[in-house]
Amino acid sequence: MRYRLRLSIRYDFGRPIGAGRQLLRVCPRELPDIQHASDCDVTITPPPLERDGFRDFFGTQVIQLVLPSGVSKLRIDMTARVHRFAAEGAFDLSAPLSRLASELTEITDLGPDSPHHFLKASPRIPDVPQIAEFAARACAGAPTTHAAVESLGRALNAHLRFDPKATEVDTPIADAFAGRHGVCQDFSQIMIAGLRSVGIPAAYASGFLRTLPPPGRPRLEGADAMHAWVRAWTGIEAGWTEYDPTNACFVGTDHVTIGYGRDYSDAAPVTGAMRLHGAQTGAHSVDLVEEPG
Amino acid sequence: MTGERAGQITAGGAGLGAYRPLPGVADEMLGADGQIRPIWSRMAAHLGGLAPADLAIQMARADRYLRDSGVFYRQYGSAQAATADRAWPFSHIPVLLDEDDWSQIASALIQRADLLESVMADLYGPNHLVSSGRLPAGLVAGNPAWLRPMVGIRPRSGHYLHFLAFELGRGPDGKWWVLADRVQAPSGAGYALENRVATARAFSDLYAQENVQRLAGFFRDFRDALLNRRQDRDSRVAILTPGPLNETYYEHAYIARYLGFTLVQGEDLDVRDGQLMVRTVAGLRPIEVLWRRLDAEYADPLELDPASRIGTPGMVAALRAGGLTMVNSLGSGILETRALMAFLPKLAPHLLGEKLAMPNVATWWCGDAAARSAVLSAPDRMILGDALATGMPADQRGDATRAGDLETADLARRLQSDGTGLVAQEAVTLSTTPTLLQGRLAPRPMTIRVFLSRNGSGWTVMPGGFARIGATPDPAAIAMQHGGSAADVWVVSPRPVAPVSMVTGTPTPLRRRSASGLPARAADNLFWLGRYVERSEGIVRLLRAYHTRLAEAGPASAPLLAAMKPLFDQVGVDPKTGVPKALLENLSAAIGSAGRVRDRFSPDAWSALDDIDRSARRMSSRVTPGDDAARALSALLRKLAGISGLVHENMYRFVGWRFLTIGRLHERAMGISAALAVLADPEAPEGALDLAIEIGDSVLTHRRRFSVTASRDTVIDLLALDPLNPRALRHQVDGLRDQIDMLPAANDHGALSPLAREVLLLHADLATADPTTLTSAELWSHRSRIGALSELLTRAYFP
Repeated sequence: MRYRLRLSIRYDFGRPIGAGRQLLRVCPRELPDIQHASDCDVTITPPPLERDGFRDFFGTQVIQLVLPSGVSKLRIDMTARVHRFAAEGAFDLSAPLSRLASELTEITDLGPDSPHHFLKASPRIPDVPQIAEFAARACAGAPTTHAAVESLGRALNAHLRFDPKATEVDTPIADAFAGRHGVCQDFSQIMIAGLRSVGIPAAYASGFLRTLPPPGRPRLEGADAMHAWVRAWTGIEAGWTEYDPTNACFVGTDHVTIGYGRDYSDAAPVTGAMRLHGAQTGAHSVDLVEEPG
Repeated sequence: MTGERAGQITAGGAGLGAYRPLPGVADEMLGADGQIRPIWSRMAAHLGGLAPADLAIQMARADRYLRDSGVFYRQYGSAQAATADRAWPFSHIPVLLDEDDWSQIASALIQRADLLESVMADLYGPNHLVSSGRLPAGLVAGNPAWLRPMVGIRPRSGHYLHFLAFELGRGPDGKWWVLADRVQAPSGAGYALENRVATARAFSDLYAQENVQRLAGFFRDFRDALLNRRQDRDSRVAILTPGPLNETYYEHAYIARYLGFTLVQGEDLDVRDGQLMVRTVAGLRPIEVLWRRLDAEYADPLELDPASRIGTPGMVAALRAGGLTMVNSLGSGILETRALMAFLPKLAPHLLGEKLAMPNVATWWCGDAAARSAVLSAPDRMILGDALATGMPADQRGDATRAGDLETADLARRLQSDGTGLVAQEAVTLSTTPTLLQGRLAPRPMTIRVFLSRNGSGWTVMPGGFARIGATPDPAAIAMQHGGSAADVWVVSPRPVAPVSMVTGTPTPLRRRSASGLPARAADNLFWLGRYVERSEGIVRLLRAYHTRLAEAGPASAPLLAAMKPLFDQVGVDPKTGVPKALLENLSAAIGSAGRVRDRFSPDAWSALDDIDRSARRMSSRVTPGDDAARALSALLRKLAGISGLVHENMYRFVGWRFLTIGRLHERAMGISAALAVLADPEAPEGALDLAIEIGDSVLTHRRRFSVTASRDTVIDLLALDPLNPRALRHQVDGLRDQIDMLPAANDHGALSPLAREVLLLHADLATADPTTLTSAELWSHRSRIGALSELLTRAYFP
């Protein structure tokens, strides 16, 4: 599937803020056999004092910028072209859960895709005993790691209610889990905590999701969204698989990936001083428009 | 020199004859045969020859030095963080080490430093150690001290590590062991210097006779090495501190002052176009070398710990851009991981081609099956703890347990289920060294911390160090947080040692530092320090005048005392208590400001300030209104005058002094204008003019200049308009104008800053006024214009 992707983020701080340094992770990344991204262009208004870019440890493109002081409104516009390849319906080659630990010790690699980064607690995903209990029940009897991922994802999707008003970006996963509600970020981080608790390395994926209109209705502009889901390691043979607990499905061509991290803190679309100015109101809109093949 | 039998020296002090090592434990002073080791013989003779009273006097010299110079150590976990400064827990008797033993220690530690550098370069570079199976991947990837944003960033200097410390202990066989590697941001080198000065006071005769290796050369070389790492000679070397609430802030300020480096906090710094900058009163100035005393994850809230309030957004970006040398590289904390000690002995032959010259404490990472069976076979010798913890087993009483205390089945289960997260270390028996307890010598376990720095040609080892002495014979109670104490370490040479000083031997061309390096935060604190001290003095003068009149005239003084009310209201003081709360608060605020600029404040002035604060607090609970209060306040006033003397006679006329002075002049101008507006008002009661003269400390001058009774004109003339009277308003404003004129960017070829213009206008108004036109309303107006100067100053220099 080929897309033309457009993201627009607006901040209104209410009053002028001091100079500040920001990191943006908004550009879709290159993923061999999964996604090809090109022509990514990011415009920032007003223009920043400084701007440059680098790739972070996990390979995500990061834009680094310094805003001048006295800015009270900020706009970030990104456009790109993305080609998402449909995954072939494959056999489940993943390892049984009982063998995952020993397969893991055979991996002696610390590159960005090494499962070792994603097994232990991380800044936003501590060990939560209640989530671990839930995950142990959900994964019990799963014949393979792949099946365990799906069981946990479905169980969480049924257990949690999607509610954009119930949590904030900083809500601890234990609170979201106890309240049984949240947004894609909460669903994903809770699922990651559960997967790690049963010994499955799991990463946080950040990106975009195409929202298909109900049958017979026109597509609404800006209705697509920034999104988060889960990437789980299922053994040496099968490698990584991606699951979207908010929508209870494996990830396909409706998802577009920006990058991966241990949790939200590694992959947040916007990091920096803007977060410190609590009064801001932010809004974003996403368009993923299909292009002819 | 042969050892003298300990039993022969019974006559002297310190109970030397009764000193006996603990059974089965090596002792530094006595050999296994009970003989005094040769290196200790002069020390033993010295102690043995002292009468108890003389011993007490000599040891007290060291205590006085430490108290007077304000050496402190902050204790964590106290509810009142601000008052938890603890007197330095000092153990008077140094640990004596033979120069030949020392050179073996030194070369072994240099080898270990090279090993750590290689491991660091691999962990933040190609990761061969993990990919070749020499280190378990999980130990690195699951380690919070491994900072992913730093992976792949090559250090500008070519080296990751520049300043290290090792914690050593001596086992029962007399051999040294490494107990811990301090690689993150090692502390203690400054305390080692202070310990040296104190110990040299306590043992002044002996110190002069013994050939004790000096410490200054180590610091001089490291200072020069850091200065030489700059490419631009106008850029700076700075020390980054977490701030005054940190446990070892005293040391950060001390080292900054000793080496002449700028002490900065995260908020003083900014990154512009990839270059680290410090905000000074003259704008942003580049920093090329930063010696951090801050754990790495706090250094950059943007790319490291987002919860850090003491970091600098963009610090990692500055390192990525390559314009900064960080001592040590961010991420070096991973080398302190306890489990790493299980691997270092095997990594040394691989990375260096040689075995470790000094072993580290025997360590087993329980993710390995062979290690698990080793632990199960000898659980009584093993301390079990978190594999990723840092520091020594002795410091970690919280998370460490003796494996032998667990049921064997429990231990086996724990090792099996959580082996990768556990590490076992052999329980160490430390050697003991003599320490003085109630005037008598007693053996106590000790460790020593040894410091290494990298200079141009390689590693240099500080010839001496920092010994930690246990409070009890239990080796686990050695940390200072557990009541342990610190002692000096003397490396004693058989030959005379050359004296060293901080002055470099080879002459370099004289370079005057530009005057603009003062961090804006430091300037702000100096300004407020000047204000708080002066305000305290003003309050004391007002109060003394009040209580003197209360004592002398009793009820008859009521109208005059009532007339003073607006003056007390201005400073928030209730005069009825002799030493009111507002005065104590002012003194605390002064101490707070001084504490934040300890690197720029003389130790004498510091102890004077501390002394006033203590006196005032003592008096506040005791004095009664009237004569008693007046006398107490006179005593405080004399002490305050002492501070002014120390500051103004001793402080170099640098930019920092100007801010301090501006604060003082500003506050005094505020005080005198209010006093005159109230007390020289035509409506003021009988005696108000004399009161004004007294508060203005100008009784004698008034008598000499006018030889008449006070009139409004004479008082205004003397206290408002006379430029020669150091208490007059005019004198303060003249001073403000002079000082402000010399501040950076105040006067750019005749173009005045808003601050410089306002103070010039104020000056002109006062210079052209005469006593009849200077009404109370006019004085109030001057006072508020002076008040506004403070805001202009803040806006211009401490934004």
